[in-house]
Amino acid sequence: MTTKDIIKPENLVYGKTKLMTENQMHYCPGCSHGVVHKLIAEVIEEMNIQDKAIGVAPVGCAVFAYNYIDIDWQEAAHGRAPALATAIKRLQPDKYVFTYQGDGDLAAIGTAETIHACNRGENIVIFFINNAIYGMTGGQMAPTTLEGMKTATCPFGRNTELNGYPLKISNLLAELDGTCYVTRQSVQKMASIVRAKKAIRKAFENSIAGKGTSVVEFVSTCNSGWKMSPHDSNKWMEEHMFAKYPLGDLKDTEKVHTEAK
Amino acid sequence: MEDFKLMKGNEAIAHAAVRCGADGYFGYPITPQSEVMETLMELKPWETTGMVVLQAESEVAAINMVYGGAGCGKKVMTSSSSPGMSLKQEGISYIASAELPCLIVNVMRGGPGLGTIQPSQADYFQAVKGGGHGDYRLIVLAPSTVQEMADFVGLGFDLAFKYQNPAMILADGIVGQMMEKVVLPPFKPRRTEEEVRQECPWGTTGKLPNRKRNIITSLALEAEVMENINLKLQAKYREIEKNEVRFEAHQCEDADYVLVAFGSIARICEKAMEMAREEGYKVGVLRPITLFPFPTNPIKELSQKVKGFLTVEMSAGQMVEDVRLTVNGTVPVEFYGRMGGIVPSAEEILAALKEKLIK
Repeated sequence: MTTKDIIKPENLVYGKTKLMTENQMHYCPGCSHGVVHKLIAEVIEEMNIQDKAIGVAPVGCAVFAYNYIDIDWQEAAHGRAPALATAIKRLQPDKYVFTYQGDGDLAAIGTAETIHACNRGENIVIFFINNAIYGMTGGQMAPTTLEGMKTATCPFGRNTELNGYPLKISNLLAELDGTCYVTRQSVQKMASIVRAKKAIRKAFENSIAGKGTSVVEFVSTCNSGWKMSPHDSNKWMEEHMFAKYPLGDLKDTEKVHTEAK
Repeated sequence: MEDFKLMKGNEAIAHAAVRCGADGYFGYPITPQSEVMETLMELKPWETTGMVVLQAESEVAAINMVYGGAGCGKKVMTSSSSPGMSLKQEGISYIASAELPCLIVNVMRGGPGLGTIQPSQADYFQAVKGGGHGDYRLIVLAPSTVQEMADFVGLGFDLAFKYQNPAMILADGIVGQMMEKVVLPPFKPRRTEEEVRQECPWGTTGKLPNRKRNIITSLALEAEVMENINLKLQAKYREIEKNEVRFEAHQCEDADYVLVAFGSIARICEKAMEMAREEGYKVGVLRPITLFPFPTNPIKELSQKVKGFLTVEMSAGQMVEDVRLTVNGTVPVEFYGRMGGIVPSAEEILAALKEKLIK
């Protein structure tokens, strides 16, 4: 059998979603961003909402998210994505509006915008990449940096006396009446990718059903910032990050409703 | 017969916004302009025109909501007062860089810092010279009456969309708070989704199969690309300077001395002018209506025939720098101002004119 014989439509087992552009990604090999981008693009394609999806990109590594997913995008100032998304959704209620933010963007400089968009119950989706570090600026401490974890601005490890504690912002957001769905996912292996994709779809469906704000946190790796191989990063994430940021649904109003019955 | 209403300048802004077909208002309360949002909330335009009105969690959030709305090609606006405007500067810089239309209202109060809630004009530099980071300009309109507060909402939006540039109504606290009779603009329907798509093909209205994706951004990492963006912006500002200068001249034809003032102070200067003329001094008033673009040509022309200018402002002297740049030393340009929320009287202005110029 030759290669020619193998490359046939009937043998196709996997195809890249048409919504991912041909642009070469700037993300480091092993970074979680690429997988999350792909999952969002796949869900948008499967839901057939390319003409209705509007993304808001953050400041941070994902600042160029608009180069990779073939939908309309706006690029926000650092931390302000939920404010932009608020207006975009309120002015165009039939659209699927989402933000894509990192931990510094969402949980440090943009904390007010995040909390208040969630508290108003804006019918938007917030995708939150938590890799416990500032990737774009070269590996500084993030609000979610773990205790003892070394970064460029806490070279001897995060010291809670000096820097306070890792911020479990999704737990905080789950407490707000405006959120309908807050979940913590990861994308380091096949099973987790399948779960994460389901969460993305559910979040989009919530937003158009007008249920309130959905937050999907992805506990992620930053092998460049963490100074580890992609493989070791995944291992380190499972051992350390998941202990502080356990995976699973933090809030699902549908479930609460069902249970109440 | 025209339908006169009696209302505050801030209220007129709100009524005019609904009537000119605005799609959204995003604000945060601050004295002396809170009546803008209060009036909008009472008008409930979401039940009539469909206009969105939202109280944001901060001025920072409000201007970024405007950024989001403007990116969709919508007619969106915000209002605030001096300390709040400082917070909005980051967002305004992004909006200017991304070349989006929007309307920003600043009802100025005395500063610096938390300052006072009394009227001021000390945000001239901030409004006219850029305000936030980077090289950019706003189209700045300075109303002196409640009627102009109402009229400049529609005009501001028109100019903003014409040039894809943020426009600002730079009012002092007096014009915001005082009540006068006003004829509100006629109702104009909001644009349909299709009209928005046609007027703003660059907007994030959802990527249809017949076009490429639209990206609203102010980011360009390559120096050459960013310089070209700057050159394009500068060319636009020159175009605005060429086409959009607005001013009002009172009795400048035979004037020996000209008072230059904007906003409500120009009206007090008119009173000072009348008093001066009663005493036999030939005095005129030039009121810039657009602060950017600044009325350089009319001032330059006057400088050929007058003996001097007195610029009067509720500040330590900001617009006077532009008058001096324009006159370029050909005749004296003096300044009189009050700060901290004090409004100069016509008598004070006349006395300053005599002391500094007529002598």
